[in-house]
Amino acid sequence: MKTGFWQVTFAILRKDMLAEIRSRELLSVMGLFALLSVLIFSFALEMDREARETAISGVIWVTVAFASIIGLNRSMSSEREQGSFDALLLAPVDRSALFLGKFLGNFVVVLLVGLILLPLGTLLYNITLITPWVLVILVLGIFGISTTGTLLAAMTAQTRARDALLSIAMLPIVLPVLLASVRATTSIISGDPTDLWISWPQILLVMDVIYMVLCFFTFGFIIEE
Amino acid sequence: MSDTPAVLSIRELVKIYDFIPVLRQLDLDVAQGDCVALLGPNGSGKSTLLRLIAGLIKPSSGTIEIGGWQMPKEAAAVRAQIGMVSHQSLLYGNLTARENLVFFARLYDVPKNERDDRIAALLEQVGLTKRAESLVRTFSRGMQQRLSIARALLHSPHVLLFDEPYSGLDQDAAAMLDDIIRHTHQDGQTMMISTHLLERAQQVATRVMILNRGRVVLDKQAVAIAEHQLASVYAQAIADKIPSDAPQPRIETSVEPAS
Amino acid sequence: MAQAKPKDFAQAPTPAPNLLRILTLVTVIGVVIALVFALNIAGTDIEQGEVQRIFYVHMPAFFGAFLAFGATVLGGIMYLWKRDPKWDRLAVAGVEVGFAFAMINLITGSIWARPIWNTWWTWDPRLTSEAIMVLTYAAYMMLRAGIDNMDTRRRFASVYGILAFATVLLTLFIIRFREDTIHPTVVGNSPQNAQGTFAASDGVVTALMVGLVIWGLLVPVTLMWYRIRLENMLDWVNRKKMEVLSA
Repeated sequence: MKTGFWQVTFAILRKDMLAEIRSRELLSVMGLFALLSVLIFSFALEMDREARETAISGVIWVTVAFASIIGLNRSMSSEREQGSFDALLLAPVDRSALFLGKFLGNFVVVLLVGLILLPLGTLLYNITLITPWVLVILVLGIFGISTTGTLLAAMTAQTRARDALLSIAMLPIVLPVLLASVRATTSIISGDPTDLWISWPQILLVMDVIYMVLCFFTFGFIIEE
Repeated sequence: MSDTPAVLSIRELVKIYDFIPVLRQLDLDVAQGDCVALLGPNGSGKSTLLRLIAGLIKPSSGTIEIGGWQMPKEAAAVRAQIGMVSHQSLLYGNLTARENLVFFARLYDVPKNERDDRIAALLEQVGLTKRAESLVRTFSRGMQQRLSIARALLHSPHVLLFDEPYSGLDQDAAAMLDDIIRHTHQDGQTMMISTHLLERAQQVATRVMILNRGRVVLDKQAVAIAEHQLASVYAQAIADKIPSDAPQPRIETSVEPAS
Repeated sequence: MAQAKPKDFAQAPTPAPNLLRILTLVTVIGVVIALVFALNIAGTDIEQGEVQRIFYVHMPAFFGAFLAFGATVLGGIMYLWKRDPKWDRLAVAGVEVGFAFAMINLITGSIWARPIWNTWWTWDPRLTSEAIMVLTYAAYMMLRAGIDNMDTRRRFASVYGILAFATVLLTLFIIRFREDTIHPTVVGNSPQNAQGTFAASDGVVTALMVGLVIWGLLVPVTLMWYRIRLENMLDWVNRKKMEVLSA
């Protein structure tokens, strides 16, 4: 009787992508925020080359984290607006498939923002950020942020404070992921030998798996009534 | 109609929110082809009852059986047989009417080869064929509500639930909705409609049920109530039928009022 | 879940059971003993002087917090499984007691750092991660306060309480993550740039062990027990209120 797990996951992903391509609501807001944030940081921290090298990864990741909070709030409130989340719950589908579908949508959008940020940072800070390993870290870090982010956004969307509460609830929890991502990025762009930083992507991978498993299985508790 | 087997049967249903009982030991059978109008004042438990049947919330105790499937245990099977139209449209504004229906068809696993025909037929039925490719957020409230019915009928549910479908609709839109409801009912669709509008309820329903304080206080075939009497029947039902076995306020635990 | 009966089992408040009274007494005596060990029996540190004694409270307090936050995880898992509010009461008790102990840990650390590191606060990785841990649990309490429906509140809090434990583990293991911390480690080798390390002589170890049992175990357990009883009483009062209102 249940609709297939992957069919549901991809139906939701397709629906979110279609709506996003049509309205560009998320990408435009998040992209603009990312641009502003990087600009403001580069003005605020008047830096020489060395300082820039250490600061840029922090700037990138803080921007990614805040941009994803903006996106997550938007993505969840679009589900709540017309009560359409209820429509998802009415369907004979696995709750975790709903989570995975929403997660993938958020992940793709935040990853796109991250991919915009790299050339932007390269341009404004005059440091080459576009390397294969930085991309790997970007994917791993954003994966971790999006798992907990999707779960917590579904949670805070049902509370009184909503948007405000998401940042408060989410930032401390994703901090381990942010920390590992920042360290890895700094190390990679300053050209350290591989064995000095290779443990970071490994740690990130482990955290991603743990967060994914935790969120995947607790999501059902968040949305039932 | 009472000899047809019950498609929906509810036994001793209780729902408690934060220690407040919203539904108290509710029993209910709905036969195939019934159109039940659920009436009652705010807070009487109408919405809660419909949301329980739809599986959006869990009962505190009691059983709900639909088409032979038990509610919390075989939730997916039950959900596949329920369609719900609420006062919110439950649609995505940034998608077109057709895209919305395609998305929900995927969620309900409507077979691919039937999908397009089914969607076309439903759009025709709710009179939105011409607007199939427009974004839903450009729709009027009434059009959204009609599309919402198409969404709910997509998977040919056994039972169709309407939760305050008329709210926010003007006269014309409501009349149009009535037409669709009546036609759908003539096709043999079982449904339950919760509403405040007594006269509309009487026009479409075959059975009238009045809830008050979480209990059924009146349950009659619509034909058994004369057309102009429903208002007085309703007033009487919610006024003096406070259930006798409801918990009485406990005098002995009363606290001295602070003075 | 199918056989769910109304789950509002707040019980009428009872006088404290004997075991709790005994535990309270033992805890009070234990606190005195721990203080005697810390202030009197353990020798004065040659380099740091008297201020080093704060360590006998400082480190056990973290373990008290760890225990309490661990209880929150247990309470959360058990609540999601059994849906019995008593597990959620354990989780709340864990968060509040843990929060208090984490604050004790931060404050005592700060007092110690003033003479030894020459500053009240520094953005050291471990200090930072602990500050974030405290904020996470502050967020937990805000989350609870932001939800009106009791069942929803309990469910969300259970999930968040489980997730929040990530920051506790981060604080515990950050010395392995970030080599640049100046915070000394007592168990195992201190990081190279740790400032304020001291030798673990016999007296230090004994006083620390006593401190761990008292501050890391007895005091948090006793406090949590009282807090659970208080939460039960609150639920019971709430229920009575609702019964009167809805009757």
